[in-house]
Amino acid sequence: MAGDHQHPNYMAIFYWLAILTVGEIGVVFLPHYIPMSKLTVGAFLCAFAIVKAAMVAMYFMHLKFETKTLGLIAVTPLAIATLLVFVILPDAFHVTHKTANLKPAPEGAAKH
Amino acid sequence: MSAATSHAAATSHGAVEPAESPLTPESWGKLGMWIFLAGDAVGFGTLLAAYGGMRATSGDWPSPYEVLGINLTAAMTFLLICSSVTMVKALEWLGKGDRGKAKMFLFFTALGGAIFVGCQAFEWTHLIERGLHINGNPWGASLFGTSFFIVTGFHGLHVTAGVIYLLANIAVVSRRPDPAASYNMVEITGLYWHFVDLVWIMVFTFMYLL
Repeated sequence: MAGDHQHPNYMAIFYWLAILTVGEIGVVFLPHYIPMSKLTVGAFLCAFAIVKAAMVAMYFMHLKFETKTLGLIAVTPLAIATLLVFVILPDAFHVTHKTANLKPAPEGAAKH
Repeated sequence: MSAATSHAAATSHGAVEPAESPLTPESWGKLGMWIFLAGDAVGFGTLLAAYGGMRATSGDWPSPYEVLGINLTAAMTFLLICSSVTMVKALEWLGKGDRGKAKMFLFFTALGGAIFVGCQAFEWTHLIERGLHINGNPWGASLFGTSFFIVTGFHGLHVTAGVIYLLANIAVVSRRPDPAASYNMVEITGLYWHFVDLVWIMVFTFMYLL
């Protein structure tokens, strides 16, 4: 029950969120100075975002102090969104593949 | 006074509820807000997943942070984080019984949200002037403009609704002499506001930085 717990140190959470935001922006500009692949940058940014979102949910929204079932309700949309990516991608790549393999129209063909 | 009338009077002050919610013993309202937020999160998750799908399969998707610029949005992100802190401070002061300070922090939270929406309006105007439209994008795939305006617009609507919600909270806290009677309501509003902050963290990363 969230009402019974001691309040976390909100200012400490704020400092962490601010530091992580600065870190995210730093990661975006890092490839200008250090050779880094786009995949590495993407992985770092996703990790930063997930940690920040988890901190907001756990401490500001007090999810850390709630029941596990409520936590499951909160996490379900994340699982649905992740599954959705895997549902969309094969279809989307199939369309791209079909479009890429289209034969060019013969010269002089009527254009509508 | 009839049983129905006394029940209505009790629930209207947020002090007594008919039965204890199994997941959130404080109130049913809190459980209701969590379920609403879970549904809303599916909406945002779907939008971001669709954005990822479109981007992954596009050959001419522009680099967002080069096209959109991130200086203003980084400041907007910082502003929303600050407003989350003022929100928890409002709840903390209400818990201590200080209505005045709670109202002040609620006002700062609403102000942060209003400034955020103002910055977003400025950003949109600037981008539209440069040629980015919901059905057109001068730097490549037209779906970039579509997804940008839909996702940031959907979030902006949430912030706008949040500002109205917070102002309504200030009015209710002012009317109720007992700070404890407003605690539950402000806590539920806080859940909504932190969710808006949480979603922006994801939007900022996926739509501006990646």
